[in-house]
Amino acid sequence: MTDRALAVVRAGALTTVQDRGRPGHAHLGVPRSGALDGPAATLVNRLVGNPPEAAVLETTLNGCAVRPRSTVTAAVGGAPCPVTVDGRPAPWGAPVLVPAGAVLDIGTAISGLRTYVAVSGGITVDPVLGSRSTDLLSGLGPPPLTDGAVLPLGTPTELHARVDVAPQPAPPAELVLRVTPGPRDDWFTREALRTFMSRTYRVSPASNRIGLRTEGPALERAVPGELPSEGMVLGAIQVPPDGRPVVFLADHPTTGGYPVIAVVRTQDLAAAAQAVPGTPVRFTEVGRR
Amino acid sequence: MSMRALPVGDGALLVEVSSDEEARALHAELVRRRAEGSLAATEIVPAARTVLLDGLTDPARLAGELTASAVAPAPPRARDVVELPVRYDGPDLADVAAHWGVAPHEVARIHANTEFTVAFCGFAPGFGYLTGLPAHYDVPRRATPRTSVPPGSVALAGPYTGVYPRSSPGGWQLIGTTDTVLWDHARVPAALLSPGTRVKFLPVGAA
Repeated sequence: MTDRALAVVRAGALTTVQDRGRPGHAHLGVPRSGALDGPAATLVNRLVGNPPEAAVLETTLNGCAVRPRSTVTAAVGGAPCPVTVDGRPAPWGAPVLVPAGAVLDIGTAISGLRTYVAVSGGITVDPVLGSRSTDLLSGLGPPPLTDGAVLPLGTPTELHARVDVAPQPAPPAELVLRVTPGPRDDWFTREALRTFMSRTYRVSPASNRIGLRTEGPALERAVPGELPSEGMVLGAIQVPPDGRPVVFLADHPTTGGYPVIAVVRTQDLAAAAQAVPGTPVRFTEVGRR
Repeated sequence: MSMRALPVGDGALLVEVSSDEEARALHAELVRRRAEGSLAATEIVPAARTVLLDGLTDPARLAGELTASAVAPAPPRARDVVELPVRYDGPDLADVAAHWGVAPHEVARIHANTEFTVAFCGFAPGFGYLTGLPAHYDVPRRATPRTSVPPGSVALAGPYTGVYPRSSPGGWQLIGTTDTVLWDHARVPAALLSPGTRVKFLPVGAA
């Protein structure tokens, strides 16, 4: 192996390789996948001079540590956290030079959930259907990182970072998700629709890359029985038999049989990706544009 | 065909029809329109009674156009038949025979004499929901799903036949096994079965 590689020193709770995912294959049962906080992934790529579609690392809560075999530029963004290079503090949200053999440590998130790590040249594991993303629902793409794993890096492009430091939105203290009702809002009682739009839910610890699960008042169905399976979109809010809304995130199944009460605006999903368990969630109705 | 186009968020439409046959025809027509350039959509996802169109720029206008336009009742069946060799040796063969009211070896004969069509995919990459059996052969899912179904398992649930592309939990009734690889992302196409594909099961070995 060449020295354009990254050795995993500490994989963390759940660290995956993510890019913009593999849309266009839903009719074959292939989830879109991709970075949950897309703007954060794009930003860290910009900070190291990578094109926006380069693959980055997505960590969950407690970061990770990696050791590049050659000197690289790295940038850490998304959920704020301590960053060190060989134990010395380094900036978050800005380009960091990591010498060959040094350990870049991404610490536990101070707030938020998912931190993104871009390395100059990008992570160049073999793409599957045009994407390097790990898909935790169907198992496509590289497996989650493990201690000792080695990830290949690409050659840095001639692009120079056009930003030295960039503001990033703070992870939400309260998650407000703008939704458009339907397509199956008529499967719920009027009372359930009122409850859904007015009460506060909380992010469930059972949330993952497939869906943001919620805890809160159960939504009662007006139509009993099963819906024939139908196609699902990113941000769809499915209501399973327990009545608690589930917001579909990047690794969501392509079809599903529980009614979708409403759909979250795509722009609001980055904040959803950073909402830690227990965060209050409110759903507010917006008209169609 | 009567259609209802339901808006889904800001950029998608769920087009609802009244049968799986209509959904298949509508899907074929929409794929044709996208290929000729008159429809722009990132995803066209058929399902049991619907076709989802995602990545649309003006869903409201398309909804009006679709519900005003006629869709051919059924696409021409021009595609080749994918033949899947199957050993009808599944652990639920006797249960399925009991549901059907026939002897176990009759299940294999009836199943292998049916021509199937992939109505839609889902559940896992390369997993097709195959229709073709008459409605009186519908079977329920198992009361308790298996925690692990071996890859290549040929299984029935409701009106559908499916083949598990890889080992996964599952509640379908297992009637047989195929060695054919349903999904291989290093192959082009990765999925052997895609919506509209015709499928025949060829019995092999002692049934």
